[in-house]
Amino acid sequence: MLFDLCDVTASRGGRVVLRSVDLALEEGSTAVVGPSGSGKSTLLRLLNRLADPDAGEVRYRGRPLRTHDVLRLRREVALVPQLPALVEGTVADNVELGARLAGQGADVDRALALAGLEASFGPRLADGLSVGEQQRVMLARALALEPSVLLLDEPTSALDERTRAAVEATLVRLASELDLSLLVVTHDPAQARRLARRTVTVAGGRIA
Amino acid sequence: MTGAIEVSLWEVAAALVLVAVAVGASSWQGAALENDIGVAVIRAFVQLTAVGYGIDLLFDQDSVALVLGLVAVMVLLGALTARHRARAVPGAFWPILGALALAAGATLGLVIALGVFEPKPRYLVPVAGIVIGNAMTAAAVALNRLGDEVARSRREIEATLALGATAAQAARPLLRRSLRSGLIPLVDQTKTTGLITFPGIMVGMLLAGADPVDAVRLQLIILYTLLGAVSLSALIAMSLAYRNFFTAAHQLREAAVE
Repeated sequence: MLFDLCDVTASRGGRVVLRSVDLALEEGSTAVVGPSGSGKSTLLRLLNRLADPDAGEVRYRGRPLRTHDVLRLRREVALVPQLPALVEGTVADNVELGARLAGQGADVDRALALAGLEASFGPRLADGLSVGEQQRVMLARALALEPSVLLLDEPTSALDERTRAAVEATLVRLASELDLSLLVVTHDPAQARRLARRTVTVAGGRIA
Repeated sequence: MTGAIEVSLWEVAAALVLVAVAVGASSWQGAALENDIGVAVIRAFVQLTAVGYGIDLLFDQDSVALVLGLVAVMVLLGALTARHRARAVPGAFWPILGALALAAGATLGLVIALGVFEPKPRYLVPVAGIVIGNAMTAAAVALNRLGDEVARSRREIEATLALGATAAQAARPLLRRSLRSGLIPLVDQTKTTGLITFPGIMVGMLLAGADPVDAVRLQLIILYTLLGAVSLSALIAMSLAYRNFFTAAHQLREAAVE
């Protein structure tokens, strides 16, 4: 099993958003669906330990999450946030960022290609990109870590319809080409069906 | 270096004429500051007189241990004051205390070691006062800015943490920006000194009858010392305080941001 949540309660901003959740997530692609404020993003944040639960336990590949080295865990279970947050510099600087922080190199062109961007994007300045392009750079920057799990928080919420379809196509291709488990949070059940084989519905802090 | 001048109480009282101008302006405009001005005048008189006698005693004793004790009290009071100014930073007291203590210690130690000043209360007490006062302001400004930066850059920080960055790595760009904010006022002041404002030490020495060249040289020593002390203070305060925004598991604390 990829992730196990046992009796997990978690809060955000002083409010309990997940209540006694039990959930098992298999390898492969899974979508987490639910209305906004239902605790989907919080669930995702628990999985790479950007946050810890108030109670209960999360396990990754059978081992409690807290026993994993947290920095290595985050490179293995990479999270792409809902809104792009690139650092100053070029696209290549951003794509290399994660690897550079770990004192390693990264294959920038490959990561860009996987995210659906041409290698010519590398030297461009990050703050000159459209939101859709920025979101792809965020994806490339996560993929450059060569993760085994990709956590995507509303990956297309900031995009127009045409860009959304293109990003979705990229994600579907990634899931089939790479040995990569996708966990996609979305408020859109139709998108969940397009992107994932399984769907988990969260409502009112519980698994429906 | 200077021939000391005598100032009589009568001369101090004469300066009160200008306080009357302030009171007049306040009452004419209905600003209702007359009472506050009165309190300010009396407090300034009492506080400074007490400090004056205290310093007099200190100079008479000529004891370095006593000076060190005074410096410790100033550092403590500075940290208590700056803690309130740096509200945006959780647990700001200890970082500021560390910053002021190290900045004061390093700067005073250095000016003595380099032979800039003799290790006598007459030099150490005023220099410590200026150094600690400025270091306190710089630390508070830098920490406040750090708190603002963390609140504003929450997404950027968490996105970087999500890539496996340590808290230190994720905070580095914020530290850089906050350090700039903490230092720019003094750097600007140093750039324009003598053009727009006459710095206080120089003014004091000129009034006391010192040679202008001596006055300028002493002022330069103080300005350069301050640059070092203030940079050190802001840097240390931030290097110690940024950790308070993060957990040991390199997570951005929620409470720190709310």
